[in-house]
Amino acid sequence: MSALVLDGLTKRYGSFVAVHGASLRIPHGRFVCLLGPSGCGKTTLLRMIAGLEEPSGGRLSIDDRDITDTPAHKREFGMVFQSLALFPHLTAGENIAYPLRIRGVPADEQRRRAAELLELVRLPGAADRPVSKLSGGQRQRVAIARALALEPKLFLLDEPLSALDAKLREAMQIELKQLQRRLGITTIVVTHDQREAMTMADLVVVMSQGRIHQAAPPMEVYRRPADAFVADFIGLTNLLDGAVAAPGMATVPGGTLTLPDLPPQGRVLLSIRPEDVLLRPPGEAGSNRLHGTLSFVRDLGASVEFRIDVAGAEIIALARPQDRPAVEPGGAVTVELPASACVVLPPGGERPS
Amino acid sequence: MIRRAPRSLAEHAPILFPALMLVVFFVIPFSLMIAVSVARRVPGGFYEPDLVFANYERFLTAFFGGVLAFSLELAGLVAVLAVGIGFPFTYRLARLPRAAQVRWLVFLLSILSLSEVIIGFAWSTLLSRTAGITNLFVALGLMAEPQSLTPSFGALLAGMVYQAFPYTVLVLYPALARFDPSLVEAARTLGSSPLRAFFTVVVPALRSTIAATLIMAFVFALGSYLLPQLLGRPQHWTLSVLITDQAIYQSNMPFAAAMAVFLVLVSLALVALALLAGRRREEA
Repeated sequence: MSALVLDGLTKRYGSFVAVHGASLRIPHGRFVCLLGPSGCGKTTLLRMIAGLEEPSGGRLSIDDRDITDTPAHKREFGMVFQSLALFPHLTAGENIAYPLRIRGVPADEQRRRAAELLELVRLPGAADRPVSKLSGGQRQRVAIARALALEPKLFLLDEPLSALDAKLREAMQIELKQLQRRLGITTIVVTHDQREAMTMADLVVVMSQGRIHQAAPPMEVYRRPADAFVADFIGLTNLLDGAVAAPGMATVPGGTLTLPDLPPQGRVLLSIRPEDVLLRPPGEAGSNRLHGTLSFVRDLGASVEFRIDVAGAEIIALARPQDRPAVEPGGAVTVELPASACVVLPPGGERPS
Repeated sequence: MIRRAPRSLAEHAPILFPALMLVVFFVIPFSLMIAVSVARRVPGGFYEPDLVFANYERFLTAFFGGVLAFSLELAGLVAVLAVGIGFPFTYRLARLPRAAQVRWLVFLLSILSLSEVIIGFAWSTLLSRTAGITNLFVALGLMAEPQSLTPSFGALLAGMVYQAFPYTVLVLYPALARFDPSLVEAARTLGSSPLRAFFTVVVPALRSTIAATLIMAFVFALGSYLLPQLLGRPQHWTLSVLITDQAIYQSNMPFAAAMAVFLVLVSLALVALALLAGRRREEA
């Protein structure tokens, strides 16, 4: 049974379409990341799920109950805002107890539960501290604890870690994932950071210009991107324009590749990750080999990046430092594009800028 | 940025001008007023420098005590009503599109250009029997025949709230425009209806702004001396009216000055008390 079902959710602002018929089934207990560049509609989609934006079309249901027209305060979803939205006039404990106070929970029960939640987010004893006296990471934890206070059916987070510095952000990503796993709560996080999505999500939903491009587990999104946008947005990839020449054969700049999964004819787009591109001795013969010249090399420490010019197209290859061939920029180089690592995509389509 | 104390005259220069203005336009006139308040009145004439406290003694009568109490009550009521109406109004205003906000603010600023006299006569016309709003009610069948609603306490209150309203909105506006709307959204996802979120989040989060605006409106209303005469009955005359009466019509400058000094001291004391109460709550 699906916990949350989005059926063609649409949001229009005048003639601008922020979200374009988003459909998605999210099973219980999943950690979902809505991923995309800024302005892709991911936050609008999350706000529609939270009940803070009214959809212009489509339905939304949870456990087979339609909640499209249920106001935000009756949905019982916990949400963490990008600004965190902690109440400045209340202490950390009072912030966490706010939803309990609204429901008329007795004061000592409120205090007990707030202490328990602070324990959960590893901030024990902070109940009486004013919000203004907390650090960025601590505020984050208070916001998470407050959103979880009612044991919500759905835990929503809008770019929750964007205000933290890089190191703390990484630590919080892991902590958030562990917390979610422990509580088993269905969670939806909006992020523009693909590393964050890959770290935390069971299901990555890649969005652009108001449309869902792909919804799949992180490694599938990485290994088998649905289109050029997804391939290019998630990590680094080489995109090669090609055309089907014969069954199982495609011509690309600088040569011909033997590939499975090719359409019978027409133009195609090939995606291959830089770490899958193999460097071969110059002039080596064999299938799926392209010959070019090395234009640029940079040492990234853990790996070495090669930029190779093949008949006007640039191919990026990543190699381990110990596999580095003895070739200088300007020298001839041969690359192998293994058929198993190439993903055949429909031609054209939108690409990230 | 210079952190050490300024040494030379040149370093003091930036505050010299405001300091001078404060002395010329506040310290000197107020000192003069204190001096006049203890002067001896020459019946039929003016006054002579002296050190008599008879004017202050005259206060301690039930009549002036009553007038003072009424003035404070009226100013307090005006402040509460102006903020009570102005706060939700400004909250809504700050959420309108930019262009609409500008139109409303220009409209409110234009009210500020009206003098107290114009406001007073406009309201007394609006509430009169012959040309007032009751004629409209009669036309609509809500009333049997037109009647006069002024002078009365209600008319006075309406006029003074009207006069204080634009100031209230202008003082509240910056804080409400900066107010993070996601606080209300957070309250809603945590189970508060929009109305409940307004009272449990917006109002308490802005309580110091509200307190400051209440004090401003209170002090503003305390100084009103024309509206009570235009819209109120003699029993609605405030201390400011009596001061004007003594100073201009009775030619009793010493007594008028004594009342003015007393009014300033009482309002300062009330403001200090309000601030003190606010600080204590902040600490608690």
